[in-house]
Amino acid sequence: MDEIKLHFEVSGDDFTRAGEASGEVKRVLKEIWFSSAVIRNVSIAMYEGEINMVIHAGGGEIDVEISPECISMVLADHGPGIENVELAMQEGYSTAPDNVRCLGFGAGMGLPNIKKYTDEMDIQTELGVGTTITLKVYNQ
Amino acid sequence: MNSFFHSVRLDEEKCMGCTNCIKRCPTQAIRVRNGKANIISELCIDCGECIRVCPHHAKYAERDSMNRILEFKHRIALPAPALYGQFNNLDDIGYIITALKLLGFDEVFEVSRGAELVSEATRRYLEENKIPKPVISSACPAVCRLIRICFPNLIPHVLPLNSPMEEAARLAREEAIKKTGLPSEDIGVFFITPCPAKITAIKQPICLPQSNVDGAIAMKDLYPVLLKQMNHLGAPDDSSNSGIIGVSWASSGGEAAALLKERYLAADGIENVIKVLEEIEDEKLDTLDFIELNACSGGCVGGSLTAENPYVAKARLQQLRRYLPVSANHLMDEGVPQEMEWQRPLEGLSVLKLAENVSDAMAMMKRIKEIQSRLPGLDCGTCGAPSCRALAEDIVRGNATLHDCVFSLRNELSGTDMQEFIPAPFRNTDAEKEE
Ligand SMILES: Nc1ncnc2c1ncn2[C@@H]1O[C@H](COP(=O)(O)OP(=O)(O)OP(=O)(O)O)[C@@H](O)[C@H]1O
Ligand code: SF4
Ligand SMILES: [Mg+2]
Repeated sequence: MDEIKLHFEVSGDDFTRAGEASGEVKRVLKEIWFSSAVIRNVSIAMYEGEINMVIHAGGGEIDVEISPECISMVLADHGPGIENVELAMQEGYSTAPDNVRCLGFGAGMGLPNIKKYTDEMDIQTELGVGTTITLKVYNQ
Repeated sequence: MNSFFHSVRLDEEKCMGCTNCIKRCPTQAIRVRNGKANIISELCIDCGECIRVCPHHAKYAERDSMNRILEFKHRIALPAPALYGQFNNLDDIGYIITALKLLGFDEVFEVSRGAELVSEATRRYLEENKIPKPVISSACPAVCRLIRICFPNLIPHVLPLNSPMEEAARLAREEAIKKTGLPSEDIGVFFITPCPAKITAIKQPICLPQSNVDGAIAMKDLYPVLLKQMNHLGAPDDSSNSGIIGVSWASSGGEAAALLKERYLAADGIENVIKVLEEIEDEKLDTLDFIELNACSGGCVGGSLTAENPYVAKARLQQLRRYLPVSANHLMDEGVPQEMEWQRPLEGLSVLKLAENVSDAMAMMKRIKEIQSRLPGLDCGTCGAPSCRALAEDIVRGNATLHDCVFSLRNELSGTDMQEFIPAPFRNTDAEKEE
């Protein structure tokens, strides 16, 4: 059985469209009838990654691979990179600008939540080059 | 398969197949076939959006006529509080009650009274912490039906209490049996309804084996006759037994405000309701205690069977409730009375499920995605489906073919002159010039 592959271009220009890619993945998972825990974990983790991509990195690309055993997501951007990953992973650490804070972002909870809701998380980042985050959620 | 009763129906004679309704349906339950916008029974939640949007009035709500009350010896009217907002310059609910009696009802039992009891029971329920927060209101039947089809994961959050209408009907019937000595079947309880969703909830309740309501009369059908009666009335013989809380249930926010809690949210309009349900699923609203959801914009005053603009009705209700007590109805004993609780659980439906097991479903999803990538992405509706994505799914489920899309047909028949079969806005004029 081969996987379902989904590709998304996440625009950095239109903040109001952030969250659409993760919404579509959620819909696909729901129709395949994955368990509610898997659906929740994937949609929350991907949503946080997608939002980060828009707020902190000017957009990027997301590739999702769905198999019966595992859902993997690769979120790649060409943004500024993360200076100190350990620090960024801490709850409450945020460099989000004021304009998105008004909308409730910038609590510094995105990356910690991604960690919490995924089974595997890997961050590759280089200053000035970009960031690639690879996530895996196993089906049970 | 037609085991679902629906109040919302299609009048085939009037339907022109114009595709206006297919895009507005929140569950994508309408497909145009043979020039008619048929409703897929399993997916319809009776929200009434298609009734609102159809320019040819081909979608309608199946409902009872006033004559049906004659089938019963003792007749009770249950006015939904939204009815109180339909009349200009009304300063006393008593007028409506007296006028209803003049129209042939022996008794009037206000649904707002049931609402006040449901509010009190909900407060108690929330204190007992028996259901996971945020607790989702179950009063709007269109929302309950939406949840069981599209958000079955959220069912544990749904408040397992009967609606104010059912509560009012139960009490009214009990009272009438005591008062008249008649058997229950001689007592006719009629809800004055703002919407088709409530009619469906009466004819085919989900969480009760049988409704206590016998029939439903549309607010807009009753409005003109009621108005006539009221205009002739000197002073009303009756008075209202409701308080601010009960009357406030008519518009969005009323049910939630009655819980006297701060951490709540009230959303109205089916699209907003869907967004909020998505957010609950993504655990973004975990800090809230209660979520009130109404399928209609503005709440029940916005129901598709009301007579007045919802915002006008809401403003009137605000004036009308002004000198009422906060709540005029209270529960007797402690705890939540058992009769107010559901007798059957809300169960998820698997109509959206593609296949029984994950690998079959994945294979289908893969085909859906493949087909979708070959469709033009115009969501033009010419194929009768609300979007290219929906057509792709219909094809994979075996309910449509790729040829239903004129654009796919064109590609396949390239060489023959297909341009004239393409709707004008999408015709490729360059190609025409080349020829
Ligand atoms: N793709 C990215 N590119 C560059 N920097 C990033 C990226 N993702 C996260 N960061 C950095 O890591 C910090 C922490 O991210 P995290 O998602 O935890 O919090 P946040 O986005 O600031 O706030 P919240 O997610 O709670 O709205 C960010 O403020 C930002 O400095
Ligand atoms: S909001 Fe009220 S009027 Fe509208 S569908 Fe729900 S119950 Fe009916
Ligand atoms: Mg973030």
